[in-house]
This record gives sequence, C-alpha cells and structure tokens, in this order.
Amino acid sequence: MRTLFAFHGGVHPPTHKEESTRTPIAQTPLPSKLVIPLSQHVGNRAVPIVQVGERVLKGQKIGRPEGKLSSAVHASTSGTVTAIDMQLVAHHSGLPDLCVTIVPDGKDEWIAHRGVDISQTSHSDLRHLLRKAGVVGLGGAVFPSDLKTDAHHHKIKSLVINGAECEPYITCDDMLMRERATDIVRGANLLRELLHAEEVLIGIEDNKPEAIAAMHLAVEQDKHDKMEVLSVPTMYPSGGAKQLIRILTGIEVAAGVRSTEMGVQCFNVATAYTAWRALAHGEPLLSRIVTVTGNVTDAQNFDVLIGTPLEELVALAGSKPDTDRHIMGGPMMGVDLPAGTIGITKATNCIIESSPKLFPPQPPALPCIRCTRCADVCPAELQPQDLYWFAKSNNFGKTEEFHLFDCIECGACAYVCPSNIPLVQYYRYAKSEIHERERDKKAADLARERHEYRQLRIERDKQEKAEKLAQKEREAAAKAAQAAATPVATPDDTQQKLIEEALARAKAQAAAAHPQNTETLTPEQSAEIAAIEARRAKIREMAADAGADDEPPKSH
Amino acid sequence: MISALWVMIGISLLLGAVLGYSAIKFKVEGNPLVEKIDAVLPQTQCGQCGYPGCKPYAEAIAKGEIGINKCPPGGEEGIQKLADLLGVEFQPFGEGAGPKGKAVAFIDEQTCIGCTLCIQACPVDAIAGAAKQMHTIIASECTGCELCLPPCPVDCITMESIEENITNWKWRHPVIIPIKAVA
Amino acid sequence: MSEYLLILVGTVFVNNIVMVKILGLCPFMGVSRKLETAIGMGAATTFVLTLGSGASYLIQHYLLGPELAYLTTLSFIVVIAGIVQFTEMAIKKTSPDLYQVLGIYLPLITTNCAVLGIPLLNVQAKHDFMQSLLFGFGGAVGFTLVMVLFAGIRERLEGADVPGIFKGTAIAMVTAGLMSLSFMGFSGLVK
Repeated sequence: MRTLFAFHGGVHPPTHKEESTRTPIAQTPLPSKLVIPLSQHVGNRAVPIVQVGERVLKGQKIGRPEGKLSSAVHASTSGTVTAIDMQLVAHHSGLPDLCVTIVPDGKDEWIAHRGVDISQTSHSDLRHLLRKAGVVGLGGAVFPSDLKTDAHHHKIKSLVINGAECEPYITCDDMLMRERATDIVRGANLLRELLHAEEVLIGIEDNKPEAIAAMHLAVEQDKHDKMEVLSVPTMYPSGGAKQLIRILTGIEVAAGVRSTEMGVQCFNVATAYTAWRALAHGEPLLSRIVTVTGNVTDAQNFDVLIGTPLEELVALAGSKPDTDRHIMGGPMMGVDLPAGTIGITKATNCIIESSPKLFPPQPPALPCIRCTRCADVCPAELQPQDLYWFAKSNNFGKTEEFHLFDCIECGACAYVCPSNIPLVQYYRYAKSEIHERERDKKAADLARERHEYRQLRIERDKQEKAEKLAQKEREAAAKAAQAAATPVATPDDTQQKLIEEALARAKAQAAAAHPQNTETLTPEQSAEIAAIEARRAKIREMAADAGADDEPPKSH
Repeated sequence: MISALWVMIGISLLLGAVLGYSAIKFKVEGNPLVEKIDAVLPQTQCGQCGYPGCKPYAEAIAKGEIGINKCPPGGEEGIQKLADLLGVEFQPFGEGAGPKGKAVAFIDEQTCIGCTLCIQACPVDAIAGAAKQMHTIIASECTGCELCLPPCPVDCITMESIEENITNWKWRHPVIIPIKAVA
Repeated sequence: MSEYLLILVGTVFVNNIVMVKILGLCPFMGVSRKLETAIGMGAATTFVLTLGSGASYLIQHYLLGPELAYLTTLSFIVVIAGIVQFTEMAIKKTSPDLYQVLGIYLPLITTNCAVLGIPLLNVQAKHDFMQSLLFGFGGAVGFTLVMVLFAGIRERLEGADVPGIFKGTAIAMVTAGLMSLSFMGFSGLVK
C-alpha cells in the first residue's frame, strides 16, 4: 500500500455527479453544422489550410500548427467548408475568434488513416504524430501533448495519470474510465515510454468506485507492471495537476517550474486515451466526451464531435426552458458561454445548463472581514485575503511578492468567502494586468534597442562619409603634390599602373573570398561532414513528409 | 567672545576639509538616474515631450528641466511611476495632452509613391521599403509614434487603432458573477 | 550594563522619539509610503543620529564647555549638516539604489528635529559619552521601528475603503494618532 500525501486546504462542494452517470456514454447524431475554432489549444492559433467551398473528409487537417507551441485542427466529419470567419467562441472574453464552419454531407467519410507500430517508431516521430493529430491536454488546460511528452533530458520517476475529476457535476472522465479503461491504460503506457518514466500512478477520487474497478481490471488484464491505480480522498481541488502530483508523490511543483524538472509529469485520462487512439489507430482528435447536466431532463455524457453547436448538444439532453446561462466546465472554474451557437472545443469537458433556481445570482460582495477562511482552504497555501487586498488596490508588485502566480484559480477561496467576494476575478485581473505590463515592457525594450541601433547607424554613416571625404581630399592633395613633383610622367603610364593595381587587388580579393577551411581536411572531418549532410537530407525528407505542416516559420 | 569665534571657525574648517576630501573620494561619474527614468518611459520615441526621443527626455527630467507629465504614451500610470521614482508629487496631463489609444501606422500601398521620407522619419526602423518601391509598416515593431505621418507627401499613412481581440484581451477589475452552487 | 539596556529599551519603546516625544514627524509622514523607502530612511537616520550624538557629545564636552553653552544649538546644527552631507555622498557612491529611494529626504535629515533633538536631550540629561551614543542609537532604532510599522500600515491603507474626505494624508494622520496612543501602553515599563 502506497502512502498518499495531502495538500493544504481544499473544500467539499456538493458533487452532483450521480445525475449524469446513470446512463452510458451516448453517441450524438451528426449535427447540422460544425463550428470548429482554430484556436483550441494553448499557444499560436492554427492556420487554416482549406478554402471556402472545399469538400473535406473526416479526419482531414483543416488547420496546421503555427510555430512550436501550437497544434493541428481537423474536420470532425466529411462535408463542405462554408465559412472561415470570426465567430463567437468559448472564452472568458466573449470575443469572436477565427473558426471554420463545415456543413456535414451525412456520409461521415474517413480520410485514409492507419495506426503506427509504436515499438518500431522513434520517439521524435511519435511526438510529431501527436502534434499532427492535434492531441492536447483534455483536462481543461489544452496544452499540446507533443511538448509535454518531451522530458527535456530530465529523469522522470513518476507519470501521474489524472482521473481525479474533482469538480462538481463533471463526469466525463468517470464515464470514459468505466467504458474505455483498456485504451486509457495502453495510452498511459505509451506516454510512460515516451517519457522514459519508471512508474505510472493513476489517481482517481474515491467517489468513483466503478471507474477504479474498471481501471484495476484493465491494468491487470494488460499485465502492465509498475502501474498502480490509486484511490485518493474526494476533496476539491485534488484534480489540479499540482495537487494530484502532491497527493500521489509528495512532490510540490512551484510556479514557473516544469514538473519534469522535479521528475514527474501529469496527463489527464482522456489525453492518454486520445494519444492511444491517435498513434495506434491513426485517429486524430475529432471528438471528446462531454457531460451535459444541470437544468436538463436527461443529464448524461455524450461522445461529441468537435465543433458541434452548443444548442444542438443541450437539446439532446433536454434542456429545460428556464435555462438562462450555459456554463462550460464546472461550477467552480467554469466559463459562461456567450451564445448557443458556439462550437464544442477540445477543452469542453462539461456543459452545465444553469437556471436562476440552480445557481441563484451571487449576493452583492461585502467588505472583507479578514476571517482568513480563504487561507484555510487555499490548496496553494497562499494568503488569498492579502492577494485580494493588493489586487483590489492595483498594487501588483505586492501581489507578485505574495506569489500570485502560484494561484491555480480553483475558486476554493471564493467558495468559502462569507462576504461573497469574487476573489478569483481579482486574481485573474491582477494576473492579466501584470502580463500586459510585461508585454509593454518587452515592446519598450525592443523599441529602445532599435532606436539606439538606428542612431548608432546614422552616426556611423555620418562618420564614414566624413572619412571618405577626408580621404578624397587627402588623395587629391597628394596627387596635386605628386603632379607638381613629377611633371614628366606621361598620362599613359599612370593609367597603365592604375589598371594593373586594380587587377592585382581583384585577384587578392578573389583569393580571400574563396573558403579555405574545406580544402585540407582529415578523413575524420570529411566523414563527419558527410554524416551531417545525410542528417540534413533526412530532415528535409521528413519535412516534406509532414506536408505543409512544417513550413519554416515566417521570418519577422 | 574670541574663543567662540575660534570654536566656530575651527568646526567649519574641519567639516569643510572632511567634506571637500570626501567629495573627491566619493565622486560619481554620470547620472544613474537617467537610466532609471529611461526604463520607465514607453520608448515610443515619438517626441511629443518636445525632446528628440525618450532618452533626451529622461536626461531633461533628471536635470529637473521639465515636468514629468509630458509623456502621453506613458499614460497616467507612467507619470505615477516617475513620481514614485523621483519622490515628487503626481502631476496630471495638461489640457488636451492626454494619452490616446494604442495604434499602429498603416501605409495605403495603392497610394504610396516610394519616396522613402517615412523610412527616414521612423525612429525604430519599422518601415521596410526602398526608393520607388512600395513601403510597408512592420506592425510588430511600430510604436505608434505618428512621426511618419507629416513627411508623407501623398498622405497615404493612417493610424489604425489596435482593437481588443482574444489575444490581447484583459480581465477587468471584477464584476460579480455567481460561482457558488446551492446544495 | 543594565543601565545601558534600560536606555535602549527606554528610547526605543517608552520614550519613542516619534510616537511619544513627537519629533521627526516630517520624514515620518513623508517617507512612509513604501516599506523599502521607510527602511532606507531608518537606516540612514540611524547612521546619522549615532554619529551625530557621539560628535555632539565631544563638541559639547571638550570644545564648548559651560562658558560657551550658548553655542550648543548652532554648533550642533553645523556638525549634523556636515555629517548628513558626508552620508549623502557616501551613499551616492556605495549604494545608488538607496540614494535613489531616499531622494530628497536625505538632505531633509539635516532639518529633521529628531536628529537635532536627541543631541540636545543628551546635553539636558547630562549623559556621558557611551550613554549619548546609546541614546542616539536607541532613538534612531525607535524611529526606524515606527517608520517600518507605519509604512506597512500605509501600504495596506491604500486598498482600504476610506471615506472620500479621509483619503490620503488625513487617514494617515489618524493612523499615526492611534499608533501614538498604542505606544502610551509602554509607559511605566522602565522606571
């Protein structure tokens, strides 16, 4: 029996998970259209590679990743691209972003795809395939998985697979583990190999006994060694990556530190599942499990195509007429969705239909009475009341001193606050203000550098000009002096001499310009150069293979 | 009486000698203050302060020649930072001299005649082009200083304000939204 | 030994120069907006005051004596001004950052009543050299203590929901008054 650790604080909100776990995962019918945002991941928005009017197949790439921190986007079914434009997306801002709209043709016709033999494929190729398949973290952070599977030469001891799912109402991971445990476990094993991790620890909250049993069975059947399914106490936010790492390994990961540096990495169960499907079956990330619950008649989990309009999905669960808001995610950390037309994204784990009865409007915030209940429950061991105080008065330097960036925005502090202060909003406000200042600072530094360089250049040009002028004057003076001294030299002579001199100079320059370091080489050096050339050729080949996917980044 | 005079003269001479010596001993070259002021300024190099660039303005502030409220791109926050740095009172912007929204220059490429005048005016080399070739603004390097507007003989440069979008969106100072579920 | 300790405790807490003797209010209100400024000011004042107390004792005792007592204030001012100037130059050279933070308040130490007050109190109390030094040092530590406390309170006051007319210096004055009251609690600690 492994000893588990505890993190500080935590809360026990009512879980509301039973409603949506009564029926198995349901397949959704093809929606009338798909609105697929091109920015469904952390990092640069994918670049559209299809045209309006083009017919696309299921699994066809419609957005290629741009830059290192990015991921691909695919068509979730076959059909016609009808628009590539700005549409409302699931984002806190309620602002539109670039989306591809596809009207399905009903045939659901797959593009040619097949899995790879994982044991025969190099790790860098596997990572490349993950990137091409658009696999991102499905726990909510949507960080590109190909980057997370690179340990950066750190020795990874534990791979933590996160099945805690601590937030109320959400049951998508629970149902996935109950029904598709085998693929999850195989995916976990695959991730372990990519990271060269010693052990796999699968953490599941103890309020999901069916999921725990299913995962146990899957591990036993596949005979994975050094892979453990661990039941962790139900406590919000034990499903936070840092908190689960702490519970299972006792390691604390500070803000700004990669968990790989501490010898541990964490993936969500759904990410493990998707990674397995992508590599072993060649299926890109086209659908995900979404819990639809709250103010609905039949709360349940659906296997939803990415891009399915929200309205069509909630209608399947029987959204009641008094629904006034749609919340994406859980009640603690969720996002209010701006409209019913937005498409389901890779980050959508749950849709809670909200009514005034279910989530009554928050009473007005009262002054902070410094009861420090927030500090008691803060899983990051911060002083939320101080952070609030400084964020409120725009004292951002102090918020950073009080480790604002260790805050995971779990909302436990706001949950217990007797004054109903929207604490997390204050932290987010402070964080985004600090980020903006950093951006401005960087821009200012760049502008300063460019301005200084420009001045330097102007000054240099001026000096060079002055020097040239002086040189000319000197030459003229010298010539005049010479002419005065040797009036007998015929003009033919001097010209001949000048031409000869110029020829000699040109020759010398040609000799100097010729690269001389490749002529006298030892055999070892020649061999090395040949090897480098071969590697280059292979990389070129790989790039060509990847298609448009890996165009060289645009130069700035 | 004479002794009192002697005492005071003695004290003064002694202190004068010590201070004179330490003035030589602790001499500081340059003014580190200029660097600090320059670091606070937004580096748009726009010249709205009346000085040719941010550094000269910083030098003028350090010498006390000019107020700290002459930099509209820095905003009121910039003034506050300068006030904190220099230990002086906050001064508001003068009438009609407040900051404008952020913007970048845009060249109408149909109208541009390729005269290179704007390239010479740009303080941060954010305009690419050559004589008789169409010019274009490198938007990521443009500080929005508007110095390229006056020299253009065909008025083909306009300032485009930067709209709020999903990448530069910021959280506002909190509004209340319910986050607490009723059991 | 215990006598020296009593002087220290007495000057830091019981007869705190700012809170009880109400001296040195100018930097107390002026430089207490930020914690690091307050600490810097406290450190500079401690240096000047300790040096000033020692120097003024020597001047009073060896140079002036009883017959030239009427020169006390005058000569103290000159000496303190000299020491402050010297400190300013030294700080500018050795720690430009601290110099930056202290800004115009460093020369203000010259006209700081606490810095002149303590040497004069030394004369009044007929302290010997060691006692003078400790009295000066203790007074300065007391000054630094309340500066730091007050700066900490003021940093938090910025976020406080203060009625409009009380904002800024007004509420700072009220806070200073309350702090002064609380320092009265130390009276009677040292007989």
